[in-house]
Amino acid sequence: MSAILSLVFLVQVLRICLPYALAALGGTFSERGGVPNIALEGIMLAGAFAFVLGAWATGQPWLGVLAGVLGGVGIALLLALVTLRFGADAVVAGVALNLLVAGGTRFLLKLTWDSASNSCRVEAPAPWLAGEGALGALAGLLGHPLFLLAVLLCAGSHVLLFRTRFGLRLRACGEHPAAAEAAGVPVGRTRLWGLLLSGALCGLAGVWLAAEQHQFSDGMSGGRGYIALAAVVSGRWNPLGAVLACLVFGAAEALQMALQGAGTGLPTQLLQALPYLLALVALCGLVGRARPPAALGQGQDGEE
Amino acid sequence: MSLTPRLGQTGRALLGPGVALLFALLCGELLVLCCGAAPGRVFSALLAGTWGNPYGLGQVLFKATPLVLTGLAVAIPYRAGLLNIGAEGQVVLGALATGVVGMSLPAACPAWLALPAAAGAGFLAGAAWGALPGWLKARSGAHEVITSIMLNFVALALANWLVAAHLAVPESLHTPAVVAGARLARLARWLPALHGSALNLSTLLALGLASWAWWLLFRTRLGFGLRTVGCSPRAALFAGISPGRIGTLAMAVGGGMAGLVGCNFVLGYKGWYEDGFSGGVGFVGIAVALLGRAHPAGVVLAALLFGTLSQGGLAINALVPKELVDVLQALVVLALLCTSRDLRRAALAARQARSAA
Repeated sequence: MSAILSLVFLVQVLRICLPYALAALGGTFSERGGVPNIALEGIMLAGAFAFVLGAWATGQPWLGVLAGVLGGVGIALLLALVTLRFGADAVVAGVALNLLVAGGTRFLLKLTWDSASNSCRVEAPAPWLAGEGALGALAGLLGHPLFLLAVLLCAGSHVLLFRTRFGLRLRACGEHPAAAEAAGVPVGRTRLWGLLLSGALCGLAGVWLAAEQHQFSDGMSGGRGYIALAAVVSGRWNPLGAVLACLVFGAAEALQMALQGAGTGLPTQLLQALPYLLALVALCGLVGRARPPAALGQGQDGEE
Repeated sequence: MSLTPRLGQTGRALLGPGVALLFALLCGELLVLCCGAAPGRVFSALLAGTWGNPYGLGQVLFKATPLVLTGLAVAIPYRAGLLNIGAEGQVVLGALATGVVGMSLPAACPAWLALPAAAGAGFLAGAAWGALPGWLKARSGAHEVITSIMLNFVALALANWLVAAHLAVPESLHTPAVVAGARLARLARWLPALHGSALNLSTLLALGLASWAWWLLFRTRLGFGLRTVGCSPRAALFAGISPGRIGTLAMAVGGGMAGLVGCNFVLGYKGWYEDGFSGGVGFVGIAVALLGRAHPAGVVLAALLFGTLSQGGLAINALVPKELVDVLQALVVLALLCTSRDLRRAALAARQARSAA
């Protein structure tokens, strides 16, 4: 009984962890290139909306996934335009983009489905495996094409960042843009690619959110982008470290839900604040010892 | 660029926001056209519903009041180089404190005691919640943007729980009413034309606080230290100013401003604290502070504009979705960000040209 229970719990943790992990991978690429990405939250929301819109308009779940990824890339492109081209402060620009996406999706929701809260139901990519009970749930997750894709992306991100020429260049742009420039690395373009990767990964995180619910609902990212940002820091700007941090946050959230279900008498609202409190503690406890990319938040020529 | 040296300092400060507003206006027209409505009709409906009649004008001022306060809540720390994204949580906890103190006072408590007590509680609660990210940054280096966001969620959960589990009137989501002495009078009492509008004395309080913030920032030693830290924390350190302490203080003052939003809603409008009343004023405050160039006078003007948009959204809802207004607000900020560097460079070039001459 308890083994089954813990299996169910494990599946829950992995399900919750997945969007965090994808967004945190995205944040890692952006920040390793030297651009702080507060817009993760907005990118995720845009990805979720674009997925539902795409799947609804074409009737093809996989075209919806593509649309979701492109939606994320689109917002990342805007961030790149404002920060890399116009030299605006990336943190402020990220906050503004989050406001834009929050308002924009509400506007489009009203325009497309005439609702203030949620879209109509859409088909999501189906899992390749299915079954009964706890084992079935595990099979359904492990055999889900999006889950497998996410696992591949986790491993791939590590290789891309630490084993390829692009990864080395990207890290150079985050550590010392002037030196990178002198060595012939096109700083602006490299950072742009880092941001676009960030947008694609985080957009996919949004796709997962909306695919699980089979619909878009207003503000459905619910602060996950910010938690992912905390995971980037807690994971010390390493893809695998970030994923590990996301597993911890996912476990906290699953535990919170299990405690709520078990009726411990603890107030629901305070349990819901648990992941955020954990992220706070992680940030304040770890950030002093973790070293961020040296040129994080600096412009191409090293100016603020 | 050849244009900028001929403009005065104020002219240069206004150029960026002007360009940004123009850009947002164009985008707004495009979006209205996308909805299949006529931009001219929407625009005139927006004006008629806001500045076109006394009631609308009263509502504009009523909605601009919290935005002045949250705008200041972002602008003051911004001058010290900190971005306060946590105004929403500071608003909620401040207003809750105002409501709780207001309802716990003895029923016969006179206004001269009840009002400062209720408002002061709001200020202190907001200040404490605002100081937290500043202190955490000074202590551990955790970025204030992420911590203040996390604290928003914690504050909302905390207030939600306190109200639902302990304070609410049964079958409702609001607390019991505050005592009569803690109520702020509506301006309709003296200006009958404003009848029906919730505009109240807290608007004057917000204006007073904006003037106080100007004095604090530009006429006091503390304000000088604050701006020095914002320009260069290293230089401040050499001048014997502690960036950590100044940052925490700036966040506390900002948080206190946000905490006073409860004066408008709790003391001036409903008479009680209501779950979910804030509706994002803390986040709009970021846009207000940026559009107002983190200057108190600019904040008041920007709050007036955003108050107009917010009230105007209701007036145009029949023609286009009122969410259009949210999009416009964000577009203003983005456009403003794009203009700021070029303007800064132009201003620098102008100064160099003048000193060379």
